[in-house]
Amino acid sequence: MVDAATGAAGISVGARRPSLHKLFQRKSTIAFLMALPLILLISLLVVYPAFYSLHLATLNKSMERFVGLGNFEFLFKRQTFWMVVEQSVLFAVTAVVFKALIGFFVAHFVHAIPSKGQRKWRGMLLVPWVIPPAMSTLAWFWLFDPSYSAFNWIFTKVGLGTIPFLGDAYWARFSVILVNVWFGAPFFMIMYLAALKSVPEQLYEAAAIDGASWWQRLWYVTLPMMRNIISITVLFSLIVTFANFDIVRVLTAGGPIDQTHVFATWAFKLGIESGDIPLGACVSLFMLPILGLSAVFILRDINKRGNEA
Amino acid sequence: MAKSHVSRRGVLKGAAAVSAVGLAAPFVRGAHAAGKLAVGFWDHWVPNANNGLTKLCNEWAAKEKVEITIDYITSQGNKNLLTIAAESQARSGHDLLAFPTWQPADQARHLEPVDDIMTELIKQNGKVNATVEYLGRSSGKWIAVPATPGSQIKGPCTRIDLLKQHAGIDIQAMYPAGAAPKADGWNMETFLMAAEKCHKAGVPFGIGLGQTSDSVDTAGAIFNSFGAALVDGKGNVVVKSDPVRQALDYYKKLIQYLPADVAAWDDASNNKWLVSGKGALIMNPPSAWAVAKRDAPQIAEQLWTHGMPAGPKGRYAPFLPYFWGIWNFSKNKPAAKSLLVHLSRKESAEALVAASGGYDLPSFANFTTFKTWAEESPPKGTLYHYPNPHDHQILSVTASQAPPKIAAQIYTQAIPTKMAVRHAQGEPMEKTLDWAAAECEGFSRT
Repeated sequence: MVDAATGAAGISVGARRPSLHKLFQRKSTIAFLMALPLILLISLLVVYPAFYSLHLATLNKSMERFVGLGNFEFLFKRQTFWMVVEQSVLFAVTAVVFKALIGFFVAHFVHAIPSKGQRKWRGMLLVPWVIPPAMSTLAWFWLFDPSYSAFNWIFTKVGLGTIPFLGDAYWARFSVILVNVWFGAPFFMIMYLAALKSVPEQLYEAAAIDGASWWQRLWYVTLPMMRNIISITVLFSLIVTFANFDIVRVLTAGGPIDQTHVFATWAFKLGIESGDIPLGACVSLFMLPILGLSAVFILRDINKRGNEA
Repeated sequence: MAKSHVSRRGVLKGAAAVSAVGLAAPFVRGAHAAGKLAVGFWDHWVPNANNGLTKLCNEWAAKEKVEITIDYITSQGNKNLLTIAAESQARSGHDLLAFPTWQPADQARHLEPVDDIMTELIKQNGKVNATVEYLGRSSGKWIAVPATPGSQIKGPCTRIDLLKQHAGIDIQAMYPAGAAPKADGWNMETFLMAAEKCHKAGVPFGIGLGQTSDSVDTAGAIFNSFGAALVDGKGNVVVKSDPVRQALDYYKKLIQYLPADVAAWDDASNNKWLVSGKGALIMNPPSAWAVAKRDAPQIAEQLWTHGMPAGPKGRYAPFLPYFWGIWNFSKNKPAAKSLLVHLSRKESAEALVAASGGYDLPSFANFTTFKTWAEESPPKGTLYHYPNPHDHQILSVTASQAPPKIAAQIYTQAIPTKMAVRHAQGEPMEKTLDWAAAECEGFSRT
């Protein structure tokens, strides 16, 4: 009886060893182990703060009492909050649409350049995207400066009136969107250029034989082939633009009279400058469902097309 | 394998030997016998002003045998506010920190009471004004000590020549160097008239209406001079009052004589306005004058820092004190208090004022007549009236009628300037008041 039991245990230990060995030989295990430092780093720097901000959002102003969803209830009654929601949507959607359009057309122009001279154009067009935005926005601030705008100096020289780029709400909104488009369009351009290069030339040849016009080739060949990359790029840019902080902070700091605030700058204003960290956390968390929903819809669409293919 | 045996007798013998050596050794007072102290001061924007503070700290550290570590934390990008928030959350960091105006009230429950040293300092250096008490005390206790570095009055800094030429006002005669002001006629109406004339002459007053502190401080002083409060001491919203309406009407008249884009101004805009020679007056501590002295000496020669115009309810000047506070989780509170006493002595305050070229302002009544302010030039005496030596104006901070935690939000959200801009841009008075009332109601959230 005793022998039999020992024997069974011996067999099970012997059987486990090769399986553990096999486990460590699997590509997926090796990949997981190699990614583990990054997973830990992301957990530490992203997951922990995310959950901590969820916790903060449920506390009262002095962070001594649990108030559940009380902060959100309070926010939803604020006129300024809804103005910030409206402005964030306007800012992100307008900027992403323009970035996508400009990126798309510029990618086509660059694609049409003979490959010999294309590299320098690609390099030059990427410059706005590789400069840290806080720095380039500072240069834009000087161009728009309330008293010393370089643009206004030129306008005055040619006999035109000056424009209050940052002093008037509409011009200020235009300015922050313009800088965001200037900064982000090269990213779209490079992604679309890569997509364009991967469209098989035979498809265009076949379309040409069928007598397709330029517009028909674009509509029936290029766009369907680029749909996935367009979706991914738009999603990625939408997330980044919604969460934008530096451009608005440097250029207008949310002014004049709060009319350029977006979620991140408003959250900073409430949380850090006004000392209401829970309310600031609530404002920043408000982005989460909007971006989450966008991601679900866009990724589901991509998945569907992938399955159809 | 050899085994070592530790016997009871052996341990006792060893312990006895160690104790004997310890007791027999002479007491040696080490270089840092009084422990360590980590302090975080505000990183001054006047070049070399930090050196004056470092020197004072090192003198104290050498005398008290404390190992001191000093960090200068910039207010650029609100890094000081982020540091305060992080240390308060972590309950760890520096022992002593520099706290901007509203922060002591905000962090009151994490700050060590300093009644013991403040009582002595007031006895020694004279009393502090009501604004310092309002900001530095909580629940009847002093929670911070007013700091000299960073504290400032943001009164008018005027172009002597332009104001005389275009508005017929001799500001030096009104505020003579070395003598009491003769400024009875310097009131809100005279100010408005001068603003109009300078605007017509193409050198408008540069008064910001943005969301940063220079703009809000000016608006606060103007509101105070009309007796306009947004929230009262009990936390009741009192926006819809006649004084508030009068202040907004005054601002509406004033804004038409200011540069078109003042709603977008930040704290650098007014300095640039004055130094470039474009304007006749700004509201600022003498930093604009100091920059002009370096970059545009011909303009600096024409600048005069002086008092605010009086309103129907008095002459209020925008005052923004800085504080030094000790965290209640500090590991060396006695050393921190000792350092604060050292830095608040008359000699230290005078040295700090000199190191900042007259920019810094001690909050104690006996410290308003240092020779730096009397002698700085050009022109000689330009800073004489900066520290309010004749106590002819009330040093105030925006929204100080409200409890500090509500006032801090009115201030940081720039409610007075936003009200002024909204109304000046054509929004009906009652709509502006409704908006402000709704905002203020939200600030009373606990």
